[in-house]
Amino acid sequence: MRYLPLTQPDREAMLAVIGAKTIDDLFVDVPALAQLDGPIHGLPMHASELSVERHMTKLAKKNLAAGDAPFFLGCGAYRHHVPASVDHLIQRGEFLTAYTPYQPEIAQGTLQMLFEFQTQVARLLGTDVANASMYDGSTACWEAIGMARRITKRGKAILSEGLHPHYVSVAKTMAKYTGDELVTSIPVLTALAPADDTDQLLGAIDRDTSCVVVQYPNILGHIRDFSELAAACHHQGALLIVVVTEPVALGLIKSPGEMDADIVVGEGQSIGVGLQFGGPYVGLMGCKEKYIRQMPGRFCGETVDAEGKRGFVLTLSTREQHIRREKATSNICTNSGLCALAFSIHMTLLGEAGLRALAATNHASAVAAAERLSQVPGVQLVNDSFFNEFTLKLSKEARPVVRALADNGILAGVSLGRLYPGVDALENGLVVAVTETTTAEDVETLAAALQEALA
Amino acid sequence: MSINQSGWRPTSPETGVESGGTFTGNRGLMLEEPLIFEIGSTETTGVEVAEPAKVASNLGGLARNAPIGLPGLSEPETVRHYTRLSRQNYAIDLGLFPLGSCTMKHNPRLNEKMARLPGFADIHPLQPVDTVQGALEVINELAVWLITLTGMHGVAMTPKAGAHGELCGILCIKAALEAKGEGHRKVILVPESAHGTNPATAAFAGYSVEDIPATAEGRVDLEALKTRLGPDVAGVMITNPNTCGLFERDMKAISDAVHAAGGYVYCDGANFNAIVGRVRPGDLGIDAMHINLHKTFSTPHGGGGPGSGPVVLSEALSPYGPLPFTERHADGHITLVEEETVGDRHPHSFGRMCAFHGQMGMFTRALTYILSHGADGLRQVAEDSVLNANYILRSLEDTLDAPFAHSGPCMHEAIFSDDGLPGDFSTIDIAKGLIDEGYHPMTMYFPLVVHGAMLVEPTETESKAALDQFIGALRSVAQRAKAGDESLKSAPHFAPRRRLDETLAARKPVLVWKDPELAQAAE
Amino acid sequence: MRYFTEDHEWVDIDGDIGTVGITDYAQGQLGDIVFVDVPEEGKTVSKGDEAAVVESVKAASDVYSPVSGTVIEGNADLADNPGLVNEDADGDGWFFKLTLSDPSELEDLMDEAKYEAFVTKL
Repeated sequence: MRYLPLTQPDREAMLAVIGAKTIDDLFVDVPALAQLDGPIHGLPMHASELSVERHMTKLAKKNLAAGDAPFFLGCGAYRHHVPASVDHLIQRGEFLTAYTPYQPEIAQGTLQMLFEFQTQVARLLGTDVANASMYDGSTACWEAIGMARRITKRGKAILSEGLHPHYVSVAKTMAKYTGDELVTSIPVLTALAPADDTDQLLGAIDRDTSCVVVQYPNILGHIRDFSELAAACHHQGALLIVVVTEPVALGLIKSPGEMDADIVVGEGQSIGVGLQFGGPYVGLMGCKEKYIRQMPGRFCGETVDAEGKRGFVLTLSTREQHIRREKATSNICTNSGLCALAFSIHMTLLGEAGLRALAATNHASAVAAAERLSQVPGVQLVNDSFFNEFTLKLSKEARPVVRALADNGILAGVSLGRLYPGVDALENGLVVAVTETTTAEDVETLAAALQEALA
Repeated sequence: MSINQSGWRPTSPETGVESGGTFTGNRGLMLEEPLIFEIGSTETTGVEVAEPAKVASNLGGLARNAPIGLPGLSEPETVRHYTRLSRQNYAIDLGLFPLGSCTMKHNPRLNEKMARLPGFADIHPLQPVDTVQGALEVINELAVWLITLTGMHGVAMTPKAGAHGELCGILCIKAALEAKGEGHRKVILVPESAHGTNPATAAFAGYSVEDIPATAEGRVDLEALKTRLGPDVAGVMITNPNTCGLFERDMKAISDAVHAAGGYVYCDGANFNAIVGRVRPGDLGIDAMHINLHKTFSTPHGGGGPGSGPVVLSEALSPYGPLPFTERHADGHITLVEEETVGDRHPHSFGRMCAFHGQMGMFTRALTYILSHGADGLRQVAEDSVLNANYILRSLEDTLDAPFAHSGPCMHEAIFSDDGLPGDFSTIDIAKGLIDEGYHPMTMYFPLVVHGAMLVEPTETESKAALDQFIGALRSVAQRAKAGDESLKSAPHFAPRRRLDETLAARKPVLVWKDPELAQAAE
Repeated sequence: MRYFTEDHEWVDIDGDIGTVGITDYAQGQLGDIVFVDVPEEGKTVSKGDEAAVVESVKAASDVYSPVSGTVIEGNADLADNPGLVNEDADGDGWFFKLTLSDPSELEDLMDEAKYEAFVTKL
């Protein structure tokens, strides 16, 4: 078998050294009732690389890839162009097959990369510090709520209506075990101001509130200034948590840190990490300096070695499970190392100028697309502001329209019926994302198809 | 004849006078590399972005005007920067990686190729399910393999890592107890040798954690456990094989006792590599077990992640598993059960653990690996991993203290202690000495139940020659320690960095780069 | 008069005020201290309660209050200089001061001679 280097003579020689007759002697501690006498029935035997490739390729072909269709889906995962070098570099064996850098002398590659990543993320989010990544945006969001609970010693978290419903669902699930009270609501499909719940949030903050959680841009694509909300939170001793699911936006719009957010979390997938049907992704998490010790996840820090050379190590480890065990800030063990590397490499290739240009292109394409699509009879643009994602109100229920267009090879966006099933007030909503990978022809194709579907 | 005009007169090499060092700080192929903030600039970019159309901006007045501080590099500089960084890392691709409990096996490149097929890599999680049937089939096929290999009833595929899977399992247990009116049970029992994620997970779920002692033979003390079980115990978290590399012989009796007392058994599956294809944990009575795809099923460690931790569940716990999950219908069509249909299809689910559907990229890799090995190959994986570990144990037990070597074979990992090392020498000196020999050290100081623990897991993808070389290296370092070789105390000497000051890093944390010019100006 | 616990805390008594620290033996066992979490003024503690946490790079240890009382001051110097505990555990590296609520608890503690004998047996 191609991944097993031992030969039969090797095995026999080793058994002789061990003093065992057969391999079964080494499984003597397994009770007889649990020993299987041969390969498990009903499962196929080993297969060549060629036949495995055939099998997997057949399955891959049963999926409609985003690159093979006009594609407009967003809502927490975005299709951006990742330069070819990124994928080559992350596949270098010294990155791909390395371990967590617990032995820093021989892991400076990973550690320096993480230090650069932390700095890039902190600057992008506008926070003092950032950690070495979380599993994804949704778990980072939940962890931020936990952090707010520990810092304020309060149990009521107010979640904005603009927060991704999967993120809300995760928070609701986890809050059952921590006793946090969650105040939640769902968005409204209106083109009129106020188009979101900033005013309700301002009114709801009180001395029992641990945090207010908002998404920026929000699930419908709206962009709001949270400075007033941050001040209102701080006035009551609560924290403002801002969630960013599309980090490319931060190349064009003010960072949450600049609006005085206390904790900023995000989904880094847009930068360096492809769609991959939902994972693995990379959670971003940053906060103000004073809250560092309450952050979950890993930290990489700068130091020197015995010869005075600059080097990097994992640090502040006493927050973590392998030391603090039941008193840890979280049970997290892994970060999303390889995805953080991909993010960092892509961000380095972009640089600030490239990120700004990329963001500008996204926005310009989205503005043009929104204008073209709102010309279609039966289509109304909901947003007064957006980055690269906006919501359309159709004259019909959106979900069947999306399905019909998919049958015709067009991936038209995410219907609000998919995200908020059973909410009649939202069922005509369609969230459309436009990136640098979307062409004008794609937009025309979508416009024509929508026109037909809504006739 | 004509005289050599180039000026170069080759002669035989001599070692000659020693070098006084270099201008660059480099040493031949060992290259120093600055930070991107020191070599890049905010105006440089390695991509070309199309000129954006001139449109009226619609950003709600929130344009980002202040400088961000993100340096860019051209493509050649970027490739060079990260290539140089990569060369400062040890990796499985370079040599044996003996980390106990981590299963650092070869990461097959076919996995990477399959994961990158556009039909898997370039699909969005919210696409209509009819457009992603192949992806849902991968999830389903992998799920069937995991259930069959473990002899369990159901599987939760979405947890994003092992620790996330532990949480999933514990929350299923909690939900099951509450459904039976047994929600008052507040205690989880965990062996002292357990991985830190176990008690951290139990505490998060609201349980208080109590230790189960170990016997002199390194296994769970069944009698002590039975004495402690009672109506306040929700369950136990057992690692099997355990963190000392030993099979818990009493596992069935442990499960029976816990069930009889009204609790559930969570099994930490980190060490599944020792028994995959030879033993089904379901036959030993467990109720939930997470599987680390990045350990047993070869998905890459990537310098610290991403992982993937699906959780197999017993019939008793399956109803409580988190959404979303896949459902195959009679006509072969596969749907996703999410919040919308969970009320009908899976009403007792405890909820959602993360956005979207789990680590799809790891599912394609793991399934590729599993199909390559097949049922016979996986069985051979377990056998070779156990053979390799026992070979190391018996080869070194004369040099290093092996606390359980007398009580029988180990499984896929061998444990040594610092007993027998001279007073001021410790496990860390052995570990750092091993770095100079060209290896990543074994797991150190874990589990806590063995003093100065050294946990060695070679895995099955090491040849006999590789094992022999490793054994020779570890024996040499251990003998140097016993002989009092002081140079070990300042090892490593030959790695890209000497020992690093972790105290300084913790006392004065520097977690982001600060421009030294700005820092000086501020002072 | 200084009293000691078997968990290597000491308490200096001056009237009804106690100053609590950890012993030199303890700091040697812990290695370089990187962070100390001292209790806040006003916190009430019972004998044996976790009152502070002392962290080295690879471990976090709880410090238990040797006596019951109310905290009047945590050592603010330890925030910037946790290494003080290593340098002078018996003096400047003190952790917190408290007013004793039950001086009779001191009877169960060891004096210096007994503590030293206790340590040699470890």
